[in-house]
Amino acid sequence: MDVLESGRGELIQPPDLDAFREWNRTQKSRKLIDKLMTEKEAVSRFVFDGCYIGTELYGTVRCPMSLVREVIRQKKKDLRILGQGVLELDLWLAAGLIKKIDLTYIGLEVYGTSAAFRRAVEGGQIETCVEWSNAAITMRIKAAAMGIPFLPLRSMLGTDTLTYSSAKVVEDPFTGMKVCLVPALILDVGLMHVHRADRYGNAQVEGISGFAFEMSRACKRLIISAEEIIPTEEIRKYPDRTMIPYYLVDAVVHAPFGSHPGDMAYVHERDEPGIREWVEASKTVEGAQSYLEKYIYNLADHEQYLALVGKERLDRLVAEREKRA
Amino acid sequence: MDKQSYSRTELMICVAARLFEDGTTTFIGTGIPMLAGMLAAKTTAPNLMPIFEFGGMGAIFDKLPTAVGGARTFHKALCASGITDTMETAQRGFIDYGFIGGAQIDPYGNLNSTTIGDHDHPKARLPGSGGGNDVGSLCWMTVAIMQHDKRRFVPQVDFITTPGYLTGPGTRESAGLPPHSGPIYVVSTLALLDFDRLPGGTCRMRLVATHPGVTVEEVIANTGFELIIPAKIAENPPPSEVELKLLREEIDPEKLYI
Repeated sequence: MDVLESGRGELIQPPDLDAFREWNRTQKSRKLIDKLMTEKEAVSRFVFDGCYIGTELYGTVRCPMSLVREVIRQKKKDLRILGQGVLELDLWLAAGLIKKIDLTYIGLEVYGTSAAFRRAVEGGQIETCVEWSNAAITMRIKAAAMGIPFLPLRSMLGTDTLTYSSAKVVEDPFTGMKVCLVPALILDVGLMHVHRADRYGNAQVEGISGFAFEMSRACKRLIISAEEIIPTEEIRKYPDRTMIPYYLVDAVVHAPFGSHPGDMAYVHERDEPGIREWVEASKTVEGAQSYLEKYIYNLADHEQYLALVGKERLDRLVAEREKRA
Repeated sequence: MDKQSYSRTELMICVAARLFEDGTTTFIGTGIPMLAGMLAAKTTAPNLMPIFEFGGMGAIFDKLPTAVGGARTFHKALCASGITDTMETAQRGFIDYGFIGGAQIDPYGNLNSTTIGDHDHPKARLPGSGGGNDVGSLCWMTVAIMQHDKRRFVPQVDFITTPGYLTGPGTRESAGLPPHSGPIYVVSTLALLDFDRLPGGTCRMRLVATHPGVTVEEVIANTGFELIIPAKIAENPPPSEVELKLLREEIDPEKLYI
């Protein structure tokens, strides 16, 4: 199979499928072990300087914001990231933690481009930005989840997105059609926020699933935070709802409103003034810095964060939530 | 309704909304496409099957979605799936239309939402492809919604994030993109445009209809490349009272976009 074209972007995290198998054999317990811990412990144990890390779902939606803030509090640096996001990656960019990005989208959606991202890239703080489409990123983590080195894809072709990626174009040996091959992406660490989990890590997600299924299976270490910790009997009652089985998970953190100021489907609406506060603050370096101080550096943990936001405001978000019916 | 009583953005949204075809599967990108899709669903396309890339399929629009993964993208939906499924659904030919935006567009409908200037040392770093490249590659027909000025309608985009007709007839297919797919319309703040895409055509952008009060000269003056100007050019109907009322009172009462 001849390579017809190669993207010139750096392969930031080269996949090693056999090493991943070995890792899964030796480093991931099959036993039901209590993994409930604080965000402080989870982040200090599993997130390390220079690691390749990703978050799920997307920016302001079911995003692991309490874990993201803890990563900043612990000043983990030189992160290499799976760049699909809004608030969470914006905060890391503003805190200067990111070195390399496999990028699909970093922006503020309704509020436009991200000032923190622009400053970090235009100012040269980011060493490299490798471009991908959403489907490409999806197929990359799906390949890792499947335990195979790459997947073919019919988008990216003919564009600069491909030129500045590390994808390759080949002629398919079966049909003769040109396809784009994207390399498996095995993350060192994944952070995810879910609706419910037991102490072993069996987890349920409601609403759209985003990248959750694939990403949970593509990580060497997976930290989940959950709105609710439930007994394993509840998990066993509805096994069809388990999206993430325990053996994928390394740490379980109880974090009600863990995606604040973003939303959590059927639990609470997103905090629009809270998001606007970041949009405004992030326009300048000083503004972003004082936001980080107010909501992260000056606080010990997520509990203090919620106290600062205030019960009244959180209750309002619960009242405004999308309801089933 | 006289032309002073609505903005060009409102008109652009109305013209785009009228292009949504009832009973089709339609990928809706973030921003203006969401307003147009919601307006279409409440007027001419009540059986639209809206698809949002993170998994919302067949939502009933209640409040304007402000995030492509937010709960409003699967409000009373038929299916809450995931991004792998939506992308694969497009890849196997199940998604008819894609409505997207971009910072720059060229005569062949290629879109840029990645960088202005050199990629490695950009003058302006934009968000990146997101699902844009996939929508432009995999949906049967795409519609771009754009502000119309010379900085945005350029002879060559700085970076092809999302494929249009690349460098002309046959180039999508030779790059390996699915045949019979590509951009069909551009809705701008000044006009409705399409592409010369019949067999033997140039695949270049062509003026179809101007907005009320906009002259052909104004469109030409605000376009950084040569447009195909046919002998007959229509005028887009202004927003109806019903469209404006929906837009202002139900769709964007907080004036996030309009």
